[in-house]
Amino acid sequence: MADVVESTVELEEDTQKDRYLTFSLGKESYGIEIKYVIEIIGIQSITEIPELPEYVRGIINLRGKIIPVIDVRVRFKKEPREYNDRTCVIVVDILNISIGLIVDSVSEVLTIPEQDIVDPPQMNTGNNNHYIKNIGKVGNEVKLLLDCEELLSEKDMENFSEEL
Amino acid sequence: MSEQHIHEPLMDMFIFETTQLLEQLEQAILNSESISTYTETSINEIFRIMHTIKGSSAMMMLNDISLLAHAIEDLFYYLRDIKPNNIDTSTISDLVLDGVDFIKVEVKKLENGNTVDGASSSIISNINEYLSMIKQSNITEPMNKVFEAVIFFQEGCEMENIRAYTIIRNLNGFAKKISCIPKDIMDNDESVEIIRKDGLKLYFESDYTYAKLNEFFMQTIFLKDMELNQLENDVVYMQQMEDSEATEFEDIISERDKNNNLLNVKKDKDKNKDKDKDKDKDEEKDKTNGSTAQSIISVNVAKLDQLMDLVGEMVIAEAMVIQNPDLVGLELDNFRKAARQLNKITTEMQNTVMSIRMVPLSTTFNKMNRIVRDMCKKLEKEVRLKIIGEDTEVDKNIIEHISDPLMHLVRNSIDHGIESSEERGENGKTKVGTVTLTARNSGSDVLIIVSDDGGGLDRDKILSKASQQNLLIKREEDMSDREVYNLIILPGFSTNDNVTEFSGRGVGMDVVARNIEAVGGTVYVDSMPGKGTEITLKIPLTLAIIDGMNIKVGNSRYTIPIISIKESFRPSKKDIISDPDGNEMILVRGQCYKILRIHEVYKVKTQITELYNGIIIMIEHGDKTICIFADELIGQQQVVVKALPEYIQTFKTIRGLAGCTLLGDGSISLILDVAGMINM
Repeated sequence: MADVVESTVELEEDTQKDRYLTFSLGKESYGIEIKYVIEIIGIQSITEIPELPEYVRGIINLRGKIIPVIDVRVRFKKEPREYNDRTCVIVVDILNISIGLIVDSVSEVLTIPEQDIVDPPQMNTGNNNHYIKNIGKVGNEVKLLLDCEELLSEKDMENFSEEL
Repeated sequence: MSEQHIHEPLMDMFIFETTQLLEQLEQAILNSESISTYTETSINEIFRIMHTIKGSSAMMMLNDISLLAHAIEDLFYYLRDIKPNNIDTSTISDLVLDGVDFIKVEVKKLENGNTVDGASSSIISNINEYLSMIKQSNITEPMNKVFEAVIFFQEGCEMENIRAYTIIRNLNGFAKKISCIPKDIMDNDESVEIIRKDGLKLYFESDYTYAKLNEFFMQTIFLKDMELNQLENDVVYMQQMEDSEATEFEDIISERDKNNNLLNVKKDKDKNKDKDKDKDKDEEKDKTNGSTAQSIISVNVAKLDQLMDLVGEMVIAEAMVIQNPDLVGLELDNFRKAARQLNKITTEMQNTVMSIRMVPLSTTFNKMNRIVRDMCKKLEKEVRLKIIGEDTEVDKNIIEHISDPLMHLVRNSIDHGIESSEERGENGKTKVGTVTLTARNSGSDVLIIVSDDGGGLDRDKILSKASQQNLLIKREEDMSDREVYNLIILPGFSTNDNVTEFSGRGVGMDVVARNIEAVGGTVYVDSMPGKGTEITLKIPLTLAIIDGMNIKVGNSRYTIPIISIKESFRPSKKDIISDPDGNEMILVRGQCYKILRIHEVYKVKTQITELYNGIIIMIEHGDKTICIFADELIGQQQVVVKALPEYIQTFKTIRGLAGCTLLGDGSISLILDVAGMINM
């Protein structure tokens, strides 16, 4: 019985397996597992909420649902950039929390087979290393595959509250 | 995995059902205890509840609960069938309530997804011990009261022997060792004559009171004269027995039973009728005893929340249509008419949905009965709980928040407020103290008042304690009584020198205040020395939809609940005062209020930084008032309160924000938490 259940789950997941939505932040290209992605919307008017870390830009109204948005650029400690019509919000659902990720632009959905994915190199100096789960090779390019759960991780929140 | 799926809804059902049954059970026990006897109805009810719990817990494989339920069921089975008269209601209540507590704890564990590991064996053995004790005492203890009754029937009523037989048969229900003269009533025709002449003499043992028995005999039809005596000791009784050649009546009955089946059936019916009447009376009594069971369907709260959300969406969508920017400046008479109609319906719908979420306070109030009882036993005080207005309804969410505070307050009242019986006697009060729980509506608020007729608060004691603990902000002489009394709400304050099981640690009142503030309410304390203390909780009816005033600061919008706005105005330069620390204040009609600039507090960029260019809104909460400064007012609107997204909340609770809402144009407005703003 349990086997049957498991295999159906696997079948369902199959269509999403190894598929990544890629987006760009400055020069780098990032990938995010497609199973997390709910939808992609253009930039909207954001309501700021006071007393939050800078990367949490505020909340937006997505058809009556209020979701928080974070600026991935700021989150990765890059220079913030003016939003333009290429700026997108990727709405993701991570551990049942809906959240919008503001990125420079969305590129495409790619299939990166497992054998083309490698572990990130160990960098002792890197600050934001832990957001990168793997590195995917597509032709000559590399895509940095994000660890979504790490993006919202509590580790970071603890740091934040300490900073306060 | 698949097994889990099958079990979960069942488990939910079990938890829900058992919790409800336990509440009923507790109520039944407390009612019985208050009249210090277990009526047949309540025994049956308890028996039935225990039976259900036993069955369902056995099905859920919760052996300990099921065994315990079985033990209690046994006890009540005995009570129901044997009806022993020497039971101690309060001991039984203790035993059963112990059991109830155990099951409650276990159910709570289930609810939280923990494994059930409590062992009920000690409670079960206690119950069994008690059961065997009362069983034994009922067997060995002789019914020591012996009665003699002489009955004369009216002349000419005929069939005296049959009438005598009827009496004896009925008497059999509550007396033992009945013997009579003449002895062979039914078989010997002469007995009729003897009864006519000398009357029917009965000797029996019974533990009913004289009055009860007297009443029984007086009910006899065609009774002319009756004499009932309680015989002093067995010796007299025995002598008379021997003298009169009385016969054990039981033999006669068994003999007669064979022949007189028909007759008996009829008599039984009569008996039943009487019983039914009694039952009716009992039931009526139960009804008046405040059993608040209503015909209710239980709906998952999640579904209600969803419905609420949908209605909220609709309200917003309606605002989006009616306040659509495209319509600005157009003359649309028919549209406006239709819009008003729509508005009327949505408002009505909102109210109805809100009323679904409204729950009477009775359950919460009735829970306090238990606390009062337990505390009275432990502290050896006599306290009566009076409940007024338990039908008052409040939002389901709010109820959850006031249950704990109420418990604290009731405990405090009994522990600190009500004096011991002796002390009360000395002060010329009734021996039994009273704690009163009152609930009533007042505008859009509900007032819940916990008052006691105890000693009241001691101003000097509070002040000295407060100064010891450095809780004083004003000079002692400057404080009004009310201010002093309200000191007891501060965290860490306790006048009780000894920490008892129930209170004295000084966290209670603080928790009360915080819980109440969490739902936007306030706590007031009032007291009369020697007369008692009164604590008032003022709580909003609902949290879900509020009338709000939208204001603008820079590009951000904020919403302030209309209820808390006193006035809004554009200040003139001369009214504004600032102290050396840069704190700004404003003078309004001779009163000075603190000014809170939203754009500074929340670091919002705005063009308007001069006070006389913007607008001042005076808000009040409880007895505190401050002025907040904003760019401009946008307008009044009914808004649906939504919580800030979970993700945001995980960072921290933001000072002064109660949530957010959607405005007519689809933008988001942040709802200001007035209580929070004032405490900034």
